[in-house]
Amino acid sequence: MTALIDALWEIFTSESTYIGAALAAGLLLFAASGELVAERSGTINISVEGMLVGGAFTAALGFDITGSVVVALVTGALGGMIVAGVQAEMSHRLAADQFVVGLTLNILVVGLAAFLEREIDLETSKAGDLEIPVLVDLPLVGRALFGQPWPFYVLYALVPACWWLLYRTRWGLEVRSSGEDPQSADVSGIDVNRRRREAIYLAGFTSGLGGAYFVFVQIGQFEPTVSGRGFIAIAAVIFGGWTLRGTVAGCILFAGAVSFRLSVQGFGYDINPELLQALPFLVTIFGMAVFARRVRPPRALAQPFIRGLK
Amino acid sequence: MTGRLTERILLYVVSVAAALLLSGILVEATGGDWRPVLDALIDGSVLGPGRWGQTLAAAAPMLLVALGTIISGRAGLVNIGQEGQLLIGTAFAVYFGFRIGGPGPINVVVLLVFGAIGGAVWAGIAGVLRFKRGVPEVLSTLLLVTVAAQAVAYGLKNQWLLLADEASRGNRNQVSAQLADDNRLPEFHIFGNDIPFAVFLGAAAAAVLAFALTRTTWGFRLRMLGRNPRAAQRAGVSQDRSGLGAFLLSGAFAGVAGAAMLAGGGFLFGNYRLVPGFSSSIGWTGLLVALVAREKAIAAIPVAIVFGALRTGSGFVGSTGVESRITEVIQGFLVLSLLIPPAVMFVRERRRARALSTART
Repeated sequence: MTALIDALWEIFTSESTYIGAALAAGLLLFAASGELVAERSGTINISVEGMLVGGAFTAALGFDITGSVVVALVTGALGGMIVAGVQAEMSHRLAADQFVVGLTLNILVVGLAAFLEREIDLETSKAGDLEIPVLVDLPLVGRALFGQPWPFYVLYALVPACWWLLYRTRWGLEVRSSGEDPQSADVSGIDVNRRRREAIYLAGFTSGLGGAYFVFVQIGQFEPTVSGRGFIAIAAVIFGGWTLRGTVAGCILFAGAVSFRLSVQGFGYDINPELLQALPFLVTIFGMAVFARRVRPPRALAQPFIRGLK
Repeated sequence: MTGRLTERILLYVVSVAAALLLSGILVEATGGDWRPVLDALIDGSVLGPGRWGQTLAAAAPMLLVALGTIISGRAGLVNIGQEGQLLIGTAFAVYFGFRIGGPGPINVVVLLVFGAIGGAVWAGIAGVLRFKRGVPEVLSTLLLVTVAAQAVAYGLKNQWLLLADEASRGNRNQVSAQLADDNRLPEFHIFGNDIPFAVFLGAAAAAVLAFALTRTTWGFRLRMLGRNPRAAQRAGVSQDRSGLGAFLLSGAFAGVAGAAMLAGGGFLFGNYRLVPGFSSSIGWTGLLVALVAREKAIAAIPVAIVFGALRTGSGFVGSTGVESRITEVIQGFLVLSLLIPPAVMFVRERRRARALSTART
């Protein structure tokens, strides 16, 4: 027992745990901040996973062609938005079921990326580190929050921007009312399905950036899978009660579980590897089981809006 | 009405053609040639010796998974964790099948029953979380897939769970013991093809389910629950009980599919052993089959055969020099293209109705 406590102590006081957690949380935050907006508009956007992989592929492609990480971020965002386009147009212009479209997209995008990856060789590398002076010297979390490769810092602008868009603009109000009561929103002149499409495009934008982040900050090469991180991001939104604050907390908690797993292995402790692999998912399920009833989802979540049908 | 029927057929033809064209362009764009790929797909799935039997053998578990999905879908629940339910079902079948070990034919039934129980248990976790704790089943089923895969991987490393003893596993790690000859599902030899028992099981289940969903009180209850939960509640349909029942049943179907793959899948699936990667995405593909079949049990049969053909055909594509994962892409494009026509028709139908009602006033 004392050995376990010692192990936990070592893990929780080591800087590398926090660096790992911040890295993992970054990807989740990219995906979840846009997903939050999409869910507030009334869509459970299952295709985040596909958007992440699509964004990662186009980002790697952009870097392969131009050699610039900035371009890669732009092409990554575009790639995410292409996937979002299919999701948005099919589920909120045509009336196809949003889960069906999302699920198909996930499988299609992963298959497509895997196929193309074998056919074309993509040269990628990690983005350069950028240390923010003074702040990087904070104990424990300094390096984790302020000593990362530079695309990490995009988050510091992106997350507040999502908050501002959702809660401080007319567009955000219209998005939220589309998710709460589409009939009333429609009567007051809001084009509900259009707002929902736009919200999904925004999710595609942030998840596409997330895909680029995955390639250039987290792993340094392209892989045609993000192994369920997109789903964990969706869970973080639900866990967070569809608020930005809660979503961020959810991302950090789930990323902590991921990082804990890596640290345990890194320090050479012998804990069942399968349990550790499943840990982030178990934490996610458990977190939702505890919190899902305490929060109120957008009232029209996952319900398609067709004028005249209630 | 004939105008609408031709419109519908035309829409389907155009969008499927577009999907195939896109796949063809993709092959050409990456330096391949589409013609040999198509030939390989057809040879590998139908024309080659013994191949259509293989195609049916691959389609059968997909069909079983799809039928389960249709049940929960009718009740308005989105179960997308069949891959995990299938794995846990198979694990249950292996664990109890080898421990109970009655006379051959009885043990085959034991295998299938415990497969069903395992699948239902795994779906049940998500079901209970949904109805007691309000966790969206879309996510919990999905997250449980990874947990299931890790649980089975753990089981395959430990002899007291699933791992075979050293004598019967040779130098292989992480495999279960092999089912004895008399513990396997029968195969039927028709025109030089081996048709596994699961094919007949799937077809019979589809027929029974099609009847049960449309002609029984149970089916009516589920439909009511799916279409309008509030009205269903007023009419005395318990959302918890009927919904959870449908959910358990959908998991059970996935579990049976896994057990049937184990006891009758042969070389296609692990050769009567539970091995790493045993499920080989059958759960996911079965889910897609159900989605394309639009919750119709009989329609799931041809869809499952097409997807089975893509799978068996993909084994032959590798020899053409084109990456065999192209079949996943074709499959994805096909599913998307099959989603479009009904959605377009729905929108047009409503537009027509609206035009009519405004014309009248």
